[in-house]
Amino acid sequence: MNNPAHLKYATSHEWARIEDDGTVSVGITDHAQEQLGDVVFVEAPAVGKKITQGKECGVVESVKAAADIFAPLSGEVVAINDDLGGAPEKLNADPYGAWMFRVRPDNIAELERLMDAASYAKTVAEDGH
Amino acid sequence: MALATALNAEHRALGARMTDFGGWDMPLHYGSQIEEHHRVRRDAGVFDVSHMLAVDVEGDNALAFLDRLLSNRTSKLTTPGKALYSCMLRDDGGILDDLIVYRLSATRFRLVVNAGTAEKDLRWIQSQPDLPTISPRRDLAMLAVQGPRSRQKTWQALPKTKTISETLPLFSAAQTGDWLIARTGYTGEEGFEIMLPIADAVPAWRTLLAGEVGPIGLAARDTLRLEAGMNLYGQDMDEQVSPMEAGLAWTVDLSTPRAFVGRAALESRAPRFKMIGLVLLDKGVLRAHQRVVTSMGEGEITSGTFGPTLSQSIALARLPLATQMGDVVDVDIRGRLLKARVVKYPFVRHGRVLVTSTC
Repeated sequence: MNNPAHLKYATSHEWARIEDDGTVSVGITDHAQEQLGDVVFVEAPAVGKKITQGKECGVVESVKAAADIFAPLSGEVVAINDDLGGAPEKLNADPYGAWMFRVRPDNIAELERLMDAASYAKTVAEDGH
Repeated sequence: MALATALNAEHRALGARMTDFGGWDMPLHYGSQIEEHHRVRRDAGVFDVSHMLAVDVEGDNALAFLDRLLSNRTSKLTTPGKALYSCMLRDDGGILDDLIVYRLSATRFRLVVNAGTAEKDLRWIQSQPDLPTISPRRDLAMLAVQGPRSRQKTWQALPKTKTISETLPLFSAAQTGDWLIARTGYTGEEGFEIMLPIADAVPAWRTLLAGEVGPIGLAARDTLRLEAGMNLYGQDMDEQVSPMEAGLAWTVDLSTPRAFVGRAALESRAPRFKMIGLVLLDKGVLRAHQRVVTSMGEGEITSGTFGPTLSQSIALARLPLATQMGDVVDVDIRGRLLKARVVKYPFVRHGRVLVTSTC
């Protein structure tokens, strides 16, 4: 598995990436998409919605199952990736390119509670998958 | 410890994601279940279905025994090679299993039963009176080759199947040596189910793959069968429901006075609900056990998925008897009520979509 080093990872298998404009992009990890199988529907939180770190904020549905998405940090949703509406399979093909939504963080320091790539890889390995 | 079919190492060598199914370690998919689904609808794929159990029933009384054991009438199979889909019922009309019965000769029949129910089925069968010889065929493997090009590709890869199966009618089977080739399946597509000795399974599997028949896992098997409107035992029906409540009234033969197990109960017990198809009109995915709200009362989805051929979500559901085709109902998806339309199933047959969200 190749988890980019510049991202932060949640135990619930979301990733977060700080953009140049100070917003944070959120997606699901390669491990998450692999566990889910073919993704057919993505429900991201609406633009303007306030989300809270660790709380449910969306759903990814594969043919096999529905998985809740947990906010990796708190803030206001400022954009959602419209491409995923028509092509949800992009989450499988390019999990670290296909962001789901962007957040304007309340407190960027919250990201320190997430894992780096090495710790995340270790967590996944310990899950036994 | 999970049971393994003769092809277990083949699945693993292909990189399959494995899962437990009815106590068996089976391939879920080999990469993408959607690609596997399309391969069966558009070309040809092969499933390892060796986890299902063939049970041979033999004796002068075999036909009379099966006519009593099964809710469909085995004596409709007037010539060897004919096959029939049936339920096996409890005395109270609850469904013990669904199966296919093949007539192999005047006195020899073969049942093919589900993996998860095989042991229960055997105990039930063995407990019946006037028992013919019952032989579980654990020495057989089973391959299902399905798809519009499946027959051509099977004949190319396994030439010995060609002569006997070229003119085989639907729902019929023919034997060559210790192989049985049946024109049956669980996908709504053309194809064969092949029962063969375990020793022949790996070579046959490899030859089919070399002949560009794709390996297909259980995940695609589920979306294919659901689009084809076929019930899955343990999900769409079980011992708590009767065939009349599971959309299987057509498999219950009441045309003769034949006494079969469960008949009295079926004739005295009014169905509580009916099985219908749903197509989701809103965005999302229907899943088993979601609550359905109609103007006639509530119901429940028994199987739901995203249908890759339909590109929308479909389901089988138990709804109040007064529900009508075309009704729009609400489905409770994580606390939100989403709209779905009641439709006739199958949803897809022979690659063709039979329903739309607007019909």
